[in-house]
Amino acid sequence: MLSILRTIWYVFLHSFQKRITVQYPEQKPYLAPRYRGRIILSRDPDGGERCVACNLCAVACPVGCIALQATEDKNGRRYPEFFRINFSRCIFCGYCEEACPTYAIQLTPDFEIGEFHRKNLVYEKEDLLINGPGKHPGYNFWQIAGVKIGGKDKGEAAHEAAPVDVHTLLP
Amino acid sequence: MTSPHPILSILGVAIVALSIAAFLIWVERRLLALWQDRYGPNRVGPFGLLQVAADSIKIFMKEDWIPPFVDRPVFILAPAIVFVTVLMSFAVLPVAPGIIVSDLSVGLLFFLAMSSLGVYSVVLAGWSSNNKYALLGGLRAAAQMLSYEVFMGLSLMGVVLLAGTFSLPAIVEAQRTIWFVIPQFPGFVLFLIAGLAETRRIPFDLPEAESELVAGYHSEYSGMKFGMFFVGEYMGVSLISAMISVLFFGGWLGPVLPGVVWFFLKMFSFIAFFVLVRAALPRPRFDQLMSWGWKVMLPLALINLLATGAAVLAWR
Amino acid sequence: MATVYVDNKACEMNPEENLLHGCLSHGFKLPYFCWHPALGSVGACRQCAVKQFKDDKDSQGKIVMSCMTPAAEGTRISIADPEVVAFRAGIIEGLMLNHPHDCPVCDEGGECHLQDMTVMTGHDYRRYEFEKRTFRNQDLGPLVNHEMNRCIQCYRCVRYYRDYAGGRDLNAFASRDQVFFGRSEDGVLENEFSGNLVEICPTGVFTDKTLKHHYARKWDQQFAPSVCVHCALGCNTDAGERYGSLRRIVNRYNHEINGYFLCDRGRFGYEFVNSEARLRQSVLKDRPTSAAAARQYLDQTVANGRVIGIGSPRASLESNFALRTLVGPDHFYSGIADHEAKLVGLMLEILRRGPMRTPTLRDIEESDVVLILGEDLTNVAPRMALSVRQSVRQQPMEAVKKLKVPLWLDHGVRDAMQDARGPLYIATPYRTRLDEVATATFRAAPDDLARFGFAIAHALDSSAPISHETSQDWLMAAAIARALKAAKKPLVISGTSCASEAVIQAAANVAMAANTALSFTAPECNTIGAALMGGNSLSAAFQAVKDGEADTVIILENDLYRRAPQAEVDSMLKAATHVIALDHLPNPTTEKAELLLPAGTFAESDGTFISSEGRVQRFLQVSAPQNEVMASWRWLKPDHWQSLDDVLRAMAKALPELDAACDAAPSSKFRIAGAKIPRSPLRESGRTAALVNINISEPKTPDDPDSALSFSMEGTPDQPPAALIPFFWSPNWNSIQAVNTYQKEVGGPLRGGDAGVRLFEPAPRNGQAYFSAIPRAFSPRQGAWLLVPMYHIFGSDELSLAAPGIRELATKPHVAVNSDEFAEGAEVEVNCAAGTFRLPVMIHREMPVGVAALSVGLSPLVGIQWPTWGKIARAK
Ligand code: SF4
Ligand code: SF4
Ligand code: SF4
Ligand code: SF4
Ligand code: FES
Repeated sequence: MLSILRTIWYVFLHSFQKRITVQYPEQKPYLAPRYRGRIILSRDPDGGERCVACNLCAVACPVGCIALQATEDKNGRRYPEFFRINFSRCIFCGYCEEACPTYAIQLTPDFEIGEFHRKNLVYEKEDLLINGPGKHPGYNFWQIAGVKIGGKDKGEAAHEAAPVDVHTLLP
Repeated sequence: MTSPHPILSILGVAIVALSIAAFLIWVERRLLALWQDRYGPNRVGPFGLLQVAADSIKIFMKEDWIPPFVDRPVFILAPAIVFVTVLMSFAVLPVAPGIIVSDLSVGLLFFLAMSSLGVYSVVLAGWSSNNKYALLGGLRAAAQMLSYEVFMGLSLMGVVLLAGTFSLPAIVEAQRTIWFVIPQFPGFVLFLIAGLAETRRIPFDLPEAESELVAGYHSEYSGMKFGMFFVGEYMGVSLISAMISVLFFGGWLGPVLPGVVWFFLKMFSFIAFFVLVRAALPRPRFDQLMSWGWKVMLPLALINLLATGAAVLAWR
Repeated sequence: MATVYVDNKACEMNPEENLLHGCLSHGFKLPYFCWHPALGSVGACRQCAVKQFKDDKDSQGKIVMSCMTPAAEGTRISIADPEVVAFRAGIIEGLMLNHPHDCPVCDEGGECHLQDMTVMTGHDYRRYEFEKRTFRNQDLGPLVNHEMNRCIQCYRCVRYYRDYAGGRDLNAFASRDQVFFGRSEDGVLENEFSGNLVEICPTGVFTDKTLKHHYARKWDQQFAPSVCVHCALGCNTDAGERYGSLRRIVNRYNHEINGYFLCDRGRFGYEFVNSEARLRQSVLKDRPTSAAAARQYLDQTVANGRVIGIGSPRASLESNFALRTLVGPDHFYSGIADHEAKLVGLMLEILRRGPMRTPTLRDIEESDVVLILGEDLTNVAPRMALSVRQSVRQQPMEAVKKLKVPLWLDHGVRDAMQDARGPLYIATPYRTRLDEVATATFRAAPDDLARFGFAIAHALDSSAPISHETSQDWLMAAAIARALKAAKKPLVISGTSCASEAVIQAAANVAMAANTALSFTAPECNTIGAALMGGNSLSAAFQAVKDGEADTVIILENDLYRRAPQAEVDSMLKAATHVIALDHLPNPTTEKAELLLPAGTFAESDGTFISSEGRVQRFLQVSAPQNEVMASWRWLKPDHWQSLDDVLRAMAKALPELDAACDAAPSSKFRIAGAKIPRSPLRESGRTAALVNINISEPKTPDDPDSALSFSMEGTPDQPPAALIPFFWSPNWNSIQAVNTYQKEVGGPLRGGDAGVRLFEPAPRNGQAYFSAIPRAFSPRQGAWLLVPMYHIFGSDELSLAAPGIRELATKPHVAVNSDEFAEGAEVEVNCAAGTFRLPVMIHREMPVGVAALSVGLSPLVGIQWPTWGKIARAK
């Protein structure tokens, strides 16, 4: 019984304490680079589109707000024909970024993307693609993968031996 | 001693009661924020005062959705009941000498009767929603309010014994010598607790307990129907606060300042206290709530009544 | 049953099988690669290691390959023993040394057996830092993609391709860690069953190239159980869709029919559904119109005109029946070409009369002596050819059994068998792909084939009629008769492709005399169904219009120019005041239609087919309709039929023989624990993004009133009945190998029974008479050729020809003759009743003189009434 009264009293004493609210937007808080805000698609160090349309982000997304379709250029490099994120559904959990094997999809510290119309929150690839590698400057998936694309033949990726000559009779 | 202009005073009381309730929405959020080291609504208008306007606009614009599975007439009726019963109670509330809609000789009983009727609103809302959470909420509300009603009435009998009347202005007048809170301190505490329970305020908000029951009896409500429950609750808070000041703290009585000011001053202090309780206390389990009511509060109320009765007899 | 102790748990296993088979059948998670239920064990990958103990006292144990160890009574093994767990993890790590970092761009990803096994063994981190070996890929044609870096050298591909499917051009090259699986040089894979490599290969080396062009992960595809529409065998398939377009066909295991394999036409022919040319909107008098307006015009025309309806052997029973109901049974004409209708009618009569049983493909596989009379199976009923290929192993297998070699021990069996082959006799007018495994072949004109058959029947049972003219071939007939008589499970196969009633009757006589099973091929996916539906003949329809008895013709999914000579069709379509056509793709008939209604393909509609075996099977819509395309029966149905169930009920009432169609699959009311069966895998992605570019508010999932499947991933997690399995998946088994978990016993029937209801069960033998109309021996005519049809797996089927991959491989239309008159490849003019065609000539030395075979179904060789006589002359 007394403890209840004491609680009430202690809470009452908070009337005289400093408020901790940050007065956004007049005051801007610091957001770390790993903050999970607006999503972007980054590019390889050589400027090519990083996303290989593997669909892993889409399947990892708990709300299913990523849709894409894979296609290939004539040299066998796979990329998304369209890539759509419905930010009106996104919960900014970052699972997509975690699932991405190429560092293509990244969340950024920008969260000021409110809109009056939900349809304006649907971002297509043009809206998502940025001109740099984002948080992972050095990585280039295609230099590690084994498939041949324009400008990279079999055996030219990292840690690859020259292609086997299958017609040789030597062991 | 009924008011000379009944219509005017009815309108006046209704408007004042409603505005206070609306205003409380803002007050409560600001006060809660204060005690939680935040600011609360401070963006709309000066000090966020127009938040009330914004909220009302929002709530009026919301789709008033009646789910297809509900018992339609009852579903619509329920929020109206809470509104009407609370407003009716204001009729017997003496704000200052002469400022009262109707000075019933049984004013206090009328107030108790109205607050009992309020239960129907919650029970019917829960029942008609045809939703398990709502039904559970409604059942809890019924049990809780019936239980606390019992000693709410009993806790006031001490006051009645002392004042010798059920008429509220007369009770106020009877406190000229001493506020009843002094001789009737146990009665005051009991009434305070019962009042919290009657208005379903934290810590007695088990009928809506959002962590277990979604939103309890009003889970299925939206738009202005939900708004009626919402405003009804704040009117309930104002009513109970006003009753406390009238019954135990001498209503409009006080030095220097005019009676009306004293009345509102007292009333607002108790409103603030209600908010403070909300900021501070957690919600008990339902079985704790019930046993507390029947095993502790009821016996205490009876003892208080007996003691007061004995004292009054002895004194005479 | 033998009791085997797996980690001290007693399990009943089939002693005729190996431990891996037993463990998988019991649901143990035991990784493996090189073993396959249809291919047996070779112990190549070492992945299926378990520890075997001598008895319950033995705590040491030894590591053995479960796929190489019989499930003998009292065997004690451990899967969880730490040493063997480490062994398996080591094997995977070894296999992964050279494996490329490809999963994100690999089409196998998400349904990769290698991924599954890697996860199952817990290998999650690459320690190897040195160079990986690489290979160059080959271009294997338009159907199968090759990405050789991903190979784990399990040898399944060559074992399937060479040993099972009889292909020759895929092989293993080079040695040690450099073994390469491919062709000796780039080029189209020759085998007609090459598409199965996609499912056989546990990695992404062989993948579906048609899927690659519009790739979607397995988890993202919405599937529905389907039935192949490209021949009459009724192979079970699952069709996968994404964003409204059909993405691929995968095999749906049916123990009785296709088992694990499909033919390439069935697997890759689906692309016609996505064709640019598809009719997607109603067209009224050459102007696009709304569905409502079209329907109104239809009703009005039907109400005011004298209407006849022409059905179709490639439309479902439901669609044919809806048309029959709309125009009335008396005005319903079967859409089967006249000559074919006669043949099919005869086949049905034989099957109904008995006592021969029509075998399932599985029965065919198990037959030990097979006689094929007049059929080029590879090109007419491809999947059946693959089964016949297995049948020649049955007799040698008996010898192997005597040597006590377990039948699952693939190398052992093959070593014991060597080149031995069981008896297979093929009698056709021209060479066939199966000749290479045949004991003997016999080439003759259709009439002589029939006479040959009658002679065999007579040799078996002297009461069977025989012609009095003798022939030296009858020695061979006698040999075949002996083989059939000695057989345990003999089989005769015949059908419509010689266009000769006599051949069918002869086959029936042989089957009756030798008491064998009798299998008939049929030309199209629902030929049998359409024939059972009945209706007047096609020429009667033409007559009715000509006589003015009818002025309005409704043509259901049928290009009449493929059924009758051009001139007749032309004049009929001209004579009719209103021509209403329903179809998927534009064709010469739809061009002449006044009102054209877009009919749903197998992917956009529900329906029932009857296969040549007489099996009634349901196919279900893959995706919710997105435009005006809908099932033909929906276009034509009366208003009070709400759903497929109503159609089926009405059909069962009107045509009691077809009431089996109601049981082909559970009705739309069917639920498992109150839930529908989900069409999409649990992990389908993009539900809140796929359509928001059109409307930000996601649409409600459409209801499916016609089936027990839902258009989403919501529904029961339990195994559905076989007819309703949209895809195979179970926890830990993302690849097609998940089918193991759907079977009673791995490689056996699906739990709860296989899909489809058989229509013809053998009638008891009670004096059914032999056919006795023996034709005269064929004699070549001076200056005229007997023209017979020649089918092509890629080309003769109307629908698959609209699939780009198949079209690329399609045979060029030609005429085959045995003659010195023409040079190979020369242009000739073939002149017959159906018209004059200019074609290259192919010299077939094996063919009987005086007979010419024409590519069937390839434009312009359509609408010919077989057999016919014609002139062939060098083109001017
Ligand atoms: S942040 Fe989470 S919710 Fe948003 S797109 Fe990525 S996975 Fe989906
Ligand atoms: S996970 Fe990365 S690479 Fe894959 S589709 Fe998403 S963004 Fe593209
Ligand atoms: S074969 Fe399987 S494991 Fe290998 S890259 Fe493809 S998906 Fe990955
Ligand atoms: S290509 Fe595929 S099936 Fe063939 S050996 Fe390699 S992994 Fe095995
Ligand atoms: S599955 Fe047993 S060794 Fe390959």
